[in-house]
Amino acid sequence: MRLYVDSAKCSGCHACRVACSLNLFGESNPKKAALVIEPHFPAKGVYKVKVCTQCGDCAAVCPTEAIKKNDRGAYYVDFAECNLCEACVPECPEGVMFLRAELADTAWECDLCGDCVAVCGTSALWIAD
Amino acid sequence: MLNGYGGQILRVDLTTGKITKEATPGELARDFLGGRGFGAYFLFKEVPKGADPLGPQNKLILSTGLFSGMLVPGGGKCDWTTKSPLTGGYASASLGGHFTAEMKYAGIDSIILEGISPKPVYLFIDDDKIELRDAAALWGKGAIEVEKQFKDKFGEEYQVAVIGPGGENLVSYASINHDYGRQAGRGGVGTVMGVKKIKAIVLHGTKSVSVADMEAYRKAGMALYKACKEAEFLPEWTRYGTTVVTSWCDEVGALPTRNFSAGSFEEGKSLYGAVMREKIVITDKGCFGCPSPCGKYSRSKKYNLEVEGPEYETIGMMGSNLGIADIEAVAKLNLMCDDLGIDTISAGSAIGWAMECYEKGIFTKKDTDGLDLKFGNAEAAFTLAEKIALKEGLGALLAEGVKRAAQKVGQGSEKFAIHVKGMEQSAYATHNATAMLISYMTCDVGAHHNRAWAITYDLQVGRDKVVPEKVARVIWLQNFRPMFDVLGGCRLQWVELGIDRDLYCPALEAITGVKRSWADLETVGEKIWNLTRLFWARENEDFGRQWDMPSPRFYEEPPTTGVTKGQITKLEDVNKLLDMYYEQRGWSADGMPAAATLERLGINTLVA
Repeated sequence: MRLYVDSAKCSGCHACRVACSLNLFGESNPKKAALVIEPHFPAKGVYKVKVCTQCGDCAAVCPTEAIKKNDRGAYYVDFAECNLCEACVPECPEGVMFLRAELADTAWECDLCGDCVAVCGTSALWIAD
Repeated sequence: MLNGYGGQILRVDLTTGKITKEATPGELARDFLGGRGFGAYFLFKEVPKGADPLGPQNKLILSTGLFSGMLVPGGGKCDWTTKSPLTGGYASASLGGHFTAEMKYAGIDSIILEGISPKPVYLFIDDDKIELRDAAALWGKGAIEVEKQFKDKFGEEYQVAVIGPGGENLVSYASINHDYGRQAGRGGVGTVMGVKKIKAIVLHGTKSVSVADMEAYRKAGMALYKACKEAEFLPEWTRYGTTVVTSWCDEVGALPTRNFSAGSFEEGKSLYGAVMREKIVITDKGCFGCPSPCGKYSRSKKYNLEVEGPEYETIGMMGSNLGIADIEAVAKLNLMCDDLGIDTISAGSAIGWAMECYEKGIFTKKDTDGLDLKFGNAEAAFTLAEKIALKEGLGALLAEGVKRAAQKVGQGSEKFAIHVKGMEQSAYATHNATAMLISYMTCDVGAHHNRAWAITYDLQVGRDKVVPEKVARVIWLQNFRPMFDVLGGCRLQWVELGIDRDLYCPALEAITGVKRSWADLETVGEKIWNLTRLFWARENEDFGRQWDMPSPRFYEEPPTTGVTKGQITKLEDVNKLLDMYYEQRGWSADGMPAAATLERLGINTLVA
């Protein structure tokens, strides 16, 4: 299972990112979300959304084995074991492995909770095999 | 720390460059909640009586609300309050997009801009780093170009609010632009930003917002989104946004046509939402947290441009109201006004009034700088929009708004200057829609529709009926709907998707820790309504009943074409509506809040 996106349906509202921060950190803060919305305005007038594909490249390089699988079969970062080495960040082909030391003492990524899908009004996001 | 708030009021003295922060007072939060409530409070308390809207004593107050940036559908609204240079009274404009969320996450509830800067500046906020920076190189540039420059320089996470040449040149209805197509449009909030010489505000916020009960907040937020997603009307609303009403307005005679001389447009079909979607829309564009994005991003091949919109109001005011039947020409006018930084509603009304002056022979080509200003001439409208923003020739007159322009020109043109209290009426023709008419007459900023969009109620109960129930409905809407502006959210999920408004209460309680019902919230709305009424009276010596009168067009001139042909509201009914309104509000026969009303609302000492 993984998260999919149809960027053409995205209206750039960021509700997904608020829901994501609530799930990952128990905080209301879209800067601490695990998906990216890139607006391209005034031209071309489209949004490009980036989501985790569960490829596992991040886990493969993590020296502390902080990136584990949860009961949904999805990778997640065990915050207690992340040592902020940043090895995972450049490995992510989608650019959705996050480490912003000013925001959190850990790296983070999508754990496939599905809350972003639940709040997306334009059905741009879904979970499937 | 107050739950649900950024926690700080930021005060920027442009004259001295001094920037100070105050903790958001708990009492203020309790009594006025935020957003429009904070704006109205600061305006009444801090702007001295008789202050020149374009002088250093006036203030421009931006405020987020409790829903801003939160897991609440439509939490993307920022309130901009000032003493209006257009009307001389209260102005409050709502800005959508992503600005308010960024402001909240920077820890700021209100920004109070005071004084006048000696030189062009922009306000830069990156969490706790707050500076006024030189903007000399940006002065004179279009709003869209400047926003792009800031985005390229600082990154997409930074949110920008910017004025165009219209604001710099002090056009009375200059707008503030954001997110390439969202505006704080009405009442000249951009004019006040211009006179203070603030070209832009650039914001970035990364702080988390504290809430009283995180799990309850998450649950209540998810329930709201679920209700929106299950709404039957969601797909159609999202497909067309506000343009869903263009055809409806045309069919019921509410579509402003040729300066509101009629309510249906013979060529209206070419402006309908379905035509626009098919012809020019490329992307749905939402404000922060919105599950039902009304923003439509469009591309016109004919004019080689991209623009957010046009929204219904712009289609009405710059399409049918100017006799223009080409949606791509409306899109071009829309983009021009956004980039020049002028309100499309007031500009559409001003150009419509000028076109009528020309067709009636009050203006000749000598007055119009050679323009053949007939209804339907889109090229002339393009030229005139630019002239307004640059205050050139006829544009300088129109930049004052239709009320003052008509006073100067005379010759009966006052009768077709379509405004209330000096604010141009937005895009609903009210020849025969008495609830909508009293809504415009009594709206707290002038003739604007969003406080009480009562026109559907007219159709429901009989459009020419003048009964107390209609007035009661308008008053209820005026107390209730602006609470979304107080809460920093959008009303359209309730209006258009029809979600149960009680779903908002658990979210509000979880965020703040304070239980409030809609009855409680409506009392806050009523308090603000009365406070702003007193502001009008304080700032205008002759303020009273006469200020609530609509354009004579709606009680003297029945349309000669269209669905409402031959229909008109009688003057005695206009007065009857006002009498009923004042009585139900607890105001005097001259429209002044009675002492008992102020006491009941707990603002008697505030206004003493």
